[in-house]
Amino acid sequence: MDGLSQPWPWYVAGPLIGLFVPLLLILGRRRFGISSSLRHLCAALGSRAPFFRYDWRAERWNLAFVLGIFLGGFGAGVLLPNSAPLELNPSVVASLQRLGLFPDGGLWPRELFALEALKNPKVFLFLLLGGMLIGFGARWAAGCTSGHSITGLSALQWPSLLATLGFFGGGLLSAHLLLPWFLSGLR
Amino acid sequence: MSDEFPLQQNPVEQNRAALWPYLLAGVAFGFVAVRSEIVSWYRIYEMFHFASFHMYGVIGSAVLTGALSLWVLRRWGYSLRPPEPGRYRYALGGLAFGLGWGLVGACPGPIYALLGSGVAGALVVFLGALLGTYLYGLLQRWLPH
Repeated sequence: MDGLSQPWPWYVAGPLIGLFVPLLLILGRRRFGISSSLRHLCAALGSRAPFFRYDWRAERWNLAFVLGIFLGGFGAGVLLPNSAPLELNPSVVASLQRLGLFPDGGLWPRELFALEALKNPKVFLFLLLGGMLIGFGARWAAGCTSGHSITGLSALQWPSLLATLGFFGGGLLSAHLLLPWFLSGLR
Repeated sequence: MSDEFPLQQNPVEQNRAALWPYLLAGVAFGFVAVRSEIVSWYRIYEMFHFASFHMYGVIGSAVLTGALSLWVLRRWGYSLRPPEPGRYRYALGGLAFGLGWGLVGACPGPIYALLGSGVAGALVVFLGALLGTYLYGLLQRWLPH
């Protein structure tokens, strides 16, 4: 039971995550990918644009899968939360403090994700904009980290390598330039 | 109509019962994602500052496991569809995605897991992601692929 609630190291988590590629292939010849669910949700909500006019019901497996992720997040986040606090590299803690974030052992910064933080319209817009880039970019690139960086790379598909380089390049730009700029504006 | 990966048509009539395995697989994925801390905004920040091996280890060993599994499964005729042609969509779309990832520190899988964990900010990120997806659907014709 102890091993179940302690945070898992990379060499346990990584192979487990990699197994979702064969699992979904065997279950129904599905390609492991998560961001397509956002497209199916738009289609199910009745978006009229041609991009959303297709039989989303044929893709219900993907919606069931992300509903499961939601429930798994509830199980591991609320019912049986991680029993040890998040441990960060001290150099990271120092650089975060300079940005006005003070890690408290939780998985996410309260300054950005807590309910009270959302009362600041700048924080709200920050999260909304970040989410929009993720949704927009994932559809443009026809996949996200699961579909490209795990599934596509596993299958040695070169467009997925290109997409992964884009994900990483964009993330570097964001984490080193945009994020400090945004966070300094919050204070 | 779409130049997305061709949407797979399941020849077998899908009924609700057929969805259970996917729901359970999702539960397992969400559980692993939280337990391994890959849903953590801080872990993503660390990764982009090259300050921890954790995320590199997770993604690297996941790819290795996936590649080995696919190599084995090929013998039984399982394979993934080839990707859509194009360069710009992968490079530029990837860049846009990365910009968002570096800010909110969560990709779509973790967003769902964080929603389930009751993280208020994740709801805003999720709504943003839906909005961004919708926006792409509207602008698709004018974007380079």
